[in-house]
Amino acid sequence: MNAHDEERIKKLLKDSLPPIGDAEPPRDLWPQMLRRLDARTVSVPWFDWALAGGLAVFTLALPASIPVLLYYL
Amino acid sequence: MRDETRTVLEEFRSGHPETFPDAFETLFRMYQRTVYGWLLRIVRNPSAAEDLTVETFWRIYRSHARFDPARGFEAWARTIATHAAIDWLRVQKAETELLVDVAAAPTSDPAISEEVRRKTAAAFSRLPPKLRVAAVLAVVEELPHKEVATALGISVTAVKVRVFRALRLLRTDLQQQGITP
Repeated sequence: MNAHDEERIKKLLKDSLPPIGDAEPPRDLWPQMLRRLDARTVSVPWFDWALAGGLAVFTLALPASIPVLLYYL
Repeated sequence: MRDETRTVLEEFRSGHPETFPDAFETLFRMYQRTVYGWLLRIVRNPSAAEDLTVETFWRIYRSHARFDPARGFEAWARTIATHAAIDWLRVQKAETELLVDVAAAPTSDPAISEEVRRKTAAAFSRLPPKLRVAAVLAVVEELPHKEVATALGISVTAVKVRVFRALRLLRTDLQQQGITP
């Protein structure tokens, strides 16, 4: 593609897609942002899952420990 | 930079629970217009630009600790917005999102038919998102290559390469449809 072709395709593109320039949102987007912030999922850290897994394995291996654990809860 | 703005940026970056929420809201209100306008230029779909503005600020909210005050908030926000827009373009079906009225071009060349314009817009929507973004900002919006490079996080040379590749692919697509630009 030579420089002449490049200029022609640029012109065609600009003619087909008019520039938008500076545009403003039709409304204040803060309420949408607040909804997004409120809807965020509470993520459980990986070490909490690891602790729960370890506890499950421990109670399965030593069922007799369950009353002791319940006593301390 | 005014002292008030500097304080807000510092409170935002620190993430301190007492000051962070207010600092984030202040920054949102200061920059939502800029971010929306930038996104609309890229995606050319007002509804998507609104959603992406919220998505951009959500990403900003989560990565406040990585903000570098020396770089400036607006440039950082534009970079995040550009990547959010590219992610959005990747999952869109081609030819569905160019909602900005083609006939609204104030400088339309009467020698170019409406059909050719429509086919060109459709061919453009089929380009890979990274090439589309570079071309729409540099060619259609006529922004300086340096500004486009900063927003994309690439060099000026890489922007020129992307624009060239976009134009070449566009020409090939149009030629396959029997249109010789």
